[in-house]
Amino acid sequence: MRTTSHRRALGLLLVAGLGLVASSCGSGDDEPAAQSSGGADAKVTITVGCQPPKSNPKERTAWDEDVAEFQKLHPNITIESKDAFPCINPDTFQAKLAGGTQEDLFYVYYTDVQKIIKARQAADISEYVGSVKTLKDLRPDVLGVFKDGDKTYGLPRTNYNMGLVYNRKLFTQAGLDPNSPPKTWAEVHEAAKKIAGLGAGHVGFGEYSAGNTGGWHFAASLYARGGTMVSEDGKSAAFNSAEGKAVLENLKQMRWNDNSMGSKQLLQWEDLMRMMGAGKLGMMIGAPDVVQSVNNDFQGKFEDYGVTVVPESEGKASLAGGDGYMFNPKASPDKIKAGLLWLEFHELTPGEGQFNYQRSKAQGRPVGLPIPDLYGDTPPGKEITALRKQYATVPVEHFAPYANAQTSITNKLEPPKAQELYAVLDVAMSAVLTRKDADIDKLLADAEAKANKILERNS
Amino acid sequence: MAVVTARPPVRRSHPGAARRAVGRNLTAYGFLCGALICFAFFSWYPMIREVVLSFQQTNFVDPPRWVGLENFRTVFADPAFRSAWLNTAAFSGLALIVGYAIPFVLAVVLNELRHAKAYLRFVVYLPVMLPPAVGVLLFKWFYDPGAGLFNQVLDVFHLPPLSWLDSTSTALISLVIVSTWMNLGTGTLIYLAALQSIPGDLYESAELDGAGLFRRVWHVTVPQTKLILLVMLLLQVVATMQVFIEPYLLTGGGPENATVTVAYLMYQYAFNFGDFGGGGALGLMLMVVLMVFSAIYLRVSRDNQN
Repeated sequence: MRTTSHRRALGLLLVAGLGLVASSCGSGDDEPAAQSSGGADAKVTITVGCQPPKSNPKERTAWDEDVAEFQKLHPNITIESKDAFPCINPDTFQAKLAGGTQEDLFYVYYTDVQKIIKARQAADISEYVGSVKTLKDLRPDVLGVFKDGDKTYGLPRTNYNMGLVYNRKLFTQAGLDPNSPPKTWAEVHEAAKKIAGLGAGHVGFGEYSAGNTGGWHFAASLYARGGTMVSEDGKSAAFNSAEGKAVLENLKQMRWNDNSMGSKQLLQWEDLMRMMGAGKLGMMIGAPDVVQSVNNDFQGKFEDYGVTVVPESEGKASLAGGDGYMFNPKASPDKIKAGLLWLEFHELTPGEGQFNYQRSKAQGRPVGLPIPDLYGDTPPGKEITALRKQYATVPVEHFAPYANAQTSITNKLEPPKAQELYAVLDVAMSAVLTRKDADIDKLLADAEAKANKILERNS
Repeated sequence: MAVVTARPPVRRSHPGAARRAVGRNLTAYGFLCGALICFAFFSWYPMIREVVLSFQQTNFVDPPRWVGLENFRTVFADPAFRSAWLNTAAFSGLALIVGYAIPFVLAVVLNELRHAKAYLRFVVYLPVMLPPAVGVLLFKWFYDPGAGLFNQVLDVFHLPPLSWLDSTSTALISLVIVSTWMNLGTGTLIYLAALQSIPGDLYESAELDGAGLFRRVWHVTVPQTKLILLVMLLLQVVATMQVFIEPYLLTGGGPENATVTVAYLMYQYAFNFGDFGGGGALGLMLMVVLMVFSAIYLRVSRDNQN
């Protein structure tokens, strides 16, 4: 009997121990009401994601200076910065939310915004967002990313759309004129063949086909040709079209007839960046932020690259991307108000925060890329463009073909269930790039059937 | 005739003795407690949570909603579902053919060696110390169709280059090769330990009877290590069916879904699509399959102990 009671006691001890640890691991963020009752000057602390990491000292210094200045302007607000590289890791998003460690003001890519809104994982800030002075000037398509109906769930930080990134140095080496980038796909073919002809390891044109990035770039090429991923009502797939077929035919031609895409396929996000940085890749679909990434993280040099529009896309749509901030669904009204003040100060005011180009130049950071474009042709937009020109440190003419086309190109957002559709289209992209006898009609028909099932589930 | 039972007689312990035993082992219980808490948190709790999640839809903000078998219906309807299971089974099968025999043969060879034994054991075990991601990325370079090591070797023998990861016919086996290489050391070490527990006089008798190396292996080594071979077989099935890191890092499930595995699809559901219910449903199915193999494993090891 005693043995049993000992065992029982030991068992209870264990269970109690587990319970204690479990409760101690609970979130400390579950009391939103505690700070929500104060007035405008109530003391409030907000956690904000995407502080630049220590490995990026110049940007971190700028951020920290901005935090200090902001807190001087608003002594009742304390900013607790959270750093990470990259700013968001989709793998940990749900876990942070579940564990209660999600920041009050969390960073997000455009691709995830609608998914987060639909999952009710962000706070509705419609009631408070009117306080942001430049709200009326924000591009409606960009602000639209963060809206669902007439409700607003976040604000943008950067915005760009897809173009064609090319290596000017390789263009020169291959006897091409870097100041006259390809305007048609036929010209891309010619340029790609010449660059691939430079010798082993050189790839004329690179394309993704794994980890959902293949489907993502399929959508970018499709939009540029005037095609669309889903029907108007979003209930059925619409990529099995002449434009969709043209995207795959074009790749098939370059891969197998021209041999200008290299033999290594199943490339994912960082693969093309690395090849660009190493000076081995001639061209790829991408926005100016690719150049930024290649410069910052993959040992490329700003001056070696140029960006133009996707060939034959003038006047048509371009897949838009970017990032911004959303609010923790558990954040109190005071935290939301404080967060909006910070966003206005750091992300949305010409000459301040991310648009403090004077400081960027003084720090030796690159200035002059035609991104982000949050305001279009409105007064703040013009002010930002003028400041960018005034303090430019990179050859802005390398990005002029892209920048000049912006007035005639429509930003087009990603389709619903984007990641699932991209996963489906990875199959078609990888087939065309790895199999010479790939049947494009069948691949698109299969993908369409699969996509319809996914969209049907969605609706 | 009396029937002899295999069950040992139940020993009745004296209450005082039991108390003393607990007191004596308090430190051990303390240590055990830590391990139990770790297991509870990092193994059992996630497992139970996963089972619960597979019947729910959750956004981690509102209370979760019970949806019955809807998550299972969703993943069943997924066109990649069939490919994932077929690829997982094929991976396990290929891993058994390629990866099961090699460590055993290596262990036999290492056991027979008279010189440089310790050095060679170290060399064989070395890959295990490499972080899996490093090993996988190293192979990514080996498989490079242009400058990769493997195609360079083929070139030396005037053989045409292979598309390794970029072809539906070679991608899966390429992943098996990586997996085999990374786990070679552990398997070899376990076999080696088993081989060394075989009494030397068995080999001496075999040698006296005129048995050569092959006959000694076949008639002494194999029967003596039969049980460990079976256990390793089951463990390998359980391990290979959970293959994730290789397709995740090397192929992204391509080309044409040729390397999508159940674990990879599960990851896609949970983290790419934000559908933890679907991921949970897949996880539960995989867990049930693995439990069958685990049950066989436990049965085999228990039989061995008895």
